[in-house]
Formats: sequence, C-alpha cells, structure tokens
Amino acid sequence: MLKINNLHVKLEEEDKQILKGVNLEVPAGKVHAIMGPNGSGKSTLSYVLSGKDGYEVTEGSATLEGAELLDLDPEERAAAGLFLAFQYPVEIPGVGNMTFLRTAVNAQRKARGEDELSAADFLKLIREKAKSLKIDADMLKRPVNVGFSGGEKKRNEILQMAMLEPKMCILDETDSGLDVDAMKLVAEGVNALRSEGRSFLVITHYQRLLDHIKPDVVHIMADGRIIKTGGPELALEVENNGYADILTEVA
Amino acid sequence: MALPQAKLDATDARIAALTLPEGASWAREAREGGLLRLRTMGLPGPRDEYWRFTRPDALNAASTPGAAIFKSDETALFGDIDRLRVVFRDGVFDADASDDLSLENIEIERLETATAKDIHWAKDLYGVLETRGQTPVKRPFAAMNTAFATDGVVLRATGKVSKPVSLVYLHEKTDSDAILHFVIRVETGADLTVLENGPAAARFNKCMEVDICDGGTFHHVRAQGRDHERLAVTHLFARLGEESTFKSFTLTANGRLTRNEAVIEITGDNATAHVAGAAVGDGDFHHDDTVFVTHDAVNCESRQVFKKVLRNGAVGTFQGKILVKAGAQKTDGYQISQALMLDEDAQFLAKPELEIYADDVICSHGSTSGAIDDEALFYLSSRGIPNAEAQDLLTLAFLAEAINEIENEAIAADILSRLEGWLERHRSA
Repeated sequence: MLKINNLHVKLEEEDKQILKGVNLEVPAGKVHAIMGPNGSGKSTLSYVLSGKDGYEVTEGSATLEGAELLDLDPEERAAAGLFLAFQYPVEIPGVGNMTFLRTAVNAQRKARGEDELSAADFLKLIREKAKSLKIDADMLKRPVNVGFSGGEKKRNEILQMAMLEPKMCILDETDSGLDVDAMKLVAEGVNALRSEGRSFLVITHYQRLLDHIKPDVVHIMADGRIIKTGGPELALEVENNGYADILTEVA
Repeated sequence: MALPQAKLDATDARIAALTLPEGASWAREAREGGLLRLRTMGLPGPRDEYWRFTRPDALNAASTPGAAIFKSDETALFGDIDRLRVVFRDGVFDADASDDLSLENIEIERLETATAKDIHWAKDLYGVLETRGQTPVKRPFAAMNTAFATDGVVLRATGKVSKPVSLVYLHEKTDSDAILHFVIRVETGADLTVLENGPAAARFNKCMEVDICDGGTFHHVRAQGRDHERLAVTHLFARLGEESTFKSFTLTANGRLTRNEAVIEITGDNATAHVAGAAVGDGDFHHDDTVFVTHDAVNCESRQVFKKVLRNGAVGTFQGKILVKAGAQKTDGYQISQALMLDEDAQFLAKPELEIYADDVICSHGSTSGAIDDEALFYLSSRGIPNAEAQDLLTLAFLAEAINEIENEAIAADILSRLEGWLERHRSA
C-alpha cells in the first residue's frame, strides 16, 4: 500500500536534515506503528507524506499503491486515499463542521470521477458515523474544532476518516491529550475502520494506544531513520525499558 | 475661519452645472441651507482629517469621469424576495418599472411631490439629520446632496410593513451623475426593512436620513452593484429613539471609489444600533467606510462590523468612531474592522476612535489585517478540498461575522451567494 524508499527530508527554511533515509513498507490491510523519542522525525514523516509546505525532499520516494505521492498536491493525495489524523487538529472559525465535511467528501468524490453525495444521503451517512463516535448534532453544527475539547478534536478526526474512507490512514500521536476513556473511544473508531483494503500507520510515543489498536508491526524511529522493526512485543520492550537500550544496541 | 478662495472656487465649479430644485418654501429653505453649509465648509481635500486615506478628486471633479456599463449574467439580487420595488434609472424614478407604491402601514411618496407640499412630515427631517451629522465632522457631499438632490422617495412607516421596500438603482448611461435623497420615518413601534441594490449611476451621491421613533425597528440591507468603474459617495444618517433598533448591512463588490458614511445618533435609552459591511475588491478598487456612532442615552448597544477582502492593488479604509457622551451610562459599544489580504499588493488603512465621557461603559474595538491562515488551508487541503475552494471557504468564514448581522435569512443567503460568486470569479490564477 504505502512504500517509502530512502526518504531524505530537510526543513526548507533552515538547512536542517530531519529524515535521513527512511525505508518503510505498509502492506494492504496492515497496521504498522512507529514509535520513537522526541525529535526523531515521526511527525515530519507524516507531514511530508501528506504534503505540508516547508519541507524539502532531497532524496528518495514515497508511493501509494505504486503512484508517486510526493509530486501531488495535498488535495490530490487525499483523493488518492491518503489521510492524516492531525496531532493538533486545526480550529477553523466560521466554517461549520458539517459544511467542511460535505465539501471534503464531495471534492474527493469529484476528483475520483464519482457523483457527489446528495444532501440527504450525506446527512444520513454522517449521522450514522457520528453516533458511533458519540459526536452529537451540536458538534456537527459548530465551526470546525472551535471550542472542542482535546478528546472531541480527536474524535472529530476519526469522524473525518470514517466519512472519507481513505485507503491509507496515518495517525499522528492521536493519543496525545486523551484520557483513558477518550483513547478507548478513539481506538474503537479506528478499529471499526480496519479492513483488508485499508492500512494504518500509527505514530505514538506510548505503548498504551497499541493496547487498543493492535499493530502487526512496530518500527522504532530515531534520528531520522527506522532503526529497528519487530512485532508488537517491541512496543512492550519500549514501555518497560525506554528507548535507551534500543538506541545503544543499534549504535 | 473663511474658506480659502481656491477651495471656494473649486466648490463653486463643482456645483456650477447644478440648480436648486423648486419646492415648497420649507424645502427651498432646507436646500438653501445645504448650499450654505457646503459653501462654508468647501469640498474635501487631502488635508482634511477624514479624507487622508481617500482621495476625493474624482468626487470633487465638476463632471463625472464616466463609467462603463456592467453587464451581469447573474439573476437579480433579492429576486426571490417578496418586496415592493422602487426603481431609479440613472437617478431618475421610473414609475413604469416600479411596483404600485401603495402598501399597508407605509406611505411612499416621490421626493419631488413631498417637497412641493406646504405641509409635510418630511419637513422635520429633510436636511435636518444631515445637519446634525455635520458636527463634529464635516460631510460636504451630504450637504451638497440636501441642496441639489434631484430625486428620491420619502417613506413613513406607521406599523409593521409586510414586505421590504426595495430601492433598485439601474445604471444605463456611461456619464450619469445622480444625486438621490431619501427620508425615512419609522413611527413609534413601526417596523420597516429597506433594501437597496445597484450602482445607480456612473457617479452617485446618495443621502438617506432615517428617524426611528420609540420602539421602532429599521432594517437596511444594500448591495452596491458590480460595476467596476463607478464612483459613489453615500451618507446614512440615523437617529434612534427609546428601545428602537437599527441594523444596516452593506455589500460592496467592485467599484473604483466608494465612500460610505454612516452617522448614527442614539438619543433614546435601551436602543440598539448595528452597522456592518462586507467589501470585496480586486484591482482598481478603493473602498472607504466612515462610521460615527454617538451614544447619548443610557443602556444602549452599538456594533460596527466591517470586513474587507482585498487583492491586486485594492485598497480598503475604515474610519470608525464611538462617541459616548457624558451620562450615556451602561453603553455597550463594539467595533471591529478587518481586512483579509489575498496577496501582497493590497492595502488596508484603519483608524478606530473611541471617545468616552461616561464611566460605566463597555467599549471594545479591534482592527486586524492579515493573509489566509496557512495552517487552516493545509488542513482543508489535506481533506481533499482543492486549494481555490479551500481559500474561498476560509474567505467566507472571514466575512461571516459581518453577514451574520443580516437578520433575515433569505436576504442573508442571497448576499452570501453573491459573495460566493465573486470569490469564484476572482480566484488567483
């Protein structure tokens, strides 16, 4: 599904190399997790894949189902099936959550040459999906993420994911700022979306989230590279011993 | 201090081709009074405090520079709204194009007819609110309007008027130079909505005097047409009685020069005055909102909400004042003026002013200028919304606070659709 090959990225504004040769492949239907200490480049990887400005790819490639991602605009990547659940979802005053979602869903359908959803069909769909994430009508009416609690913002990210039905979902520290109950709710939302044709890349600091969203493969990232790859037990090792052991071992 | 000879000469040159219209003696006196005020203050110049951001040259010129006729493919604004249409063609009332002027709870009369009568309610208002509004800030074009206005209507609402009175201004001659004057009286407890739509002329001078008696409600929504080359200077004078409501919204899209002045005087307790505007300009566009709200009563609320979207050399200016007189306690005044610059060539000049002589008041004001928020733009794009569409969405969100000032939902939706259309036509290449 997602294939990242020798990806090197530096910040545009300063001459600072963040990713130093990332290699990663997430097959269809699989959940991969990336863990790593602060500053290892996890969030940068998610931003570069989704097309945020400010980063320069100096070497390497990233493909989604064989198609080169890095040449596409952010909206084209989204239409191709990529989705990033933001670590810090952006507040957009003045744009209603519902309007935003309908515009997004229909823009993607249009880009893929599909018919736009009618207002009635859209409403039916969103009500159904919102219900399972415990998102009430008021949250749908309010401006995007404005005045939402941390948990509400993350649930709203998952709602967008559910509505847009992407093939490749990247979750950037979706557990940050969530209490245990909120994390469970979000994890349930994610698990409900797991399917054969959909892959996940879950970026997190802590093993906790991975108790709820069980990964197939765990990667450890440090200093702009994947330094170790293993099964779910790798996450437990991090939880028990921290990153220090792994870093020393690799060095 | 006497007016410098050069300024007096320029003023006389400006009005040389105009004549004081005939009328009853009170109307004649009012017009002569306007002429005297104009010749005492003279035309504005760049040294005048309230004309530093807007060059009045094209308005001062003896003849209009002219404006090409704009052909619109849009359906008529307010077309789906049940309204009573009063049509002016290049500043001349067109009875055939207008609806029947009789409607329950309102008297509608052409200015010419009203000012010919020896006894008329308009006597107490024509040029009267304009005169009150000349202190402390001079408004020469309003005085000129009182003197020389050639047409217009006077409206007197005596109860709840069932549908809006819609003033439709058609512009069909490239050199039309119209001066229209409107006098509106909303009697005690009456409720009136006035819509205005269209450019009116190549050069347009409009003055509207609105007197709202105790418990009266006046809603005003206007759109100034889409003509690119037209010039307009407009004045809206309002006097508010006790527990009255005044709400005015203006949409300005395009126009080489627009100066909209609103002079609002709150004289009765517990009154509400909102004045708002959304202006969008691309290229040869200069838009000026000059607002003066005076609180002279207790427990009143006023809001000024002005938003401008500018690109490609367009200029927006805002001069807004809240004056709270001594004794006007419990005043709640709010003022916001914001510009969204869609590129680096746009310009926004703002001068917020507060002058407060009462000690138990809340007055807040803010003014900002900025670009589209990159973070928000990326967030929308990352969800598959194409850049141009995402920009429009964020621009409309920026304008929303002003549009929300329109109470009638159908009218607000109509205004919103005009803005959507404008943004779509003016997307960056």
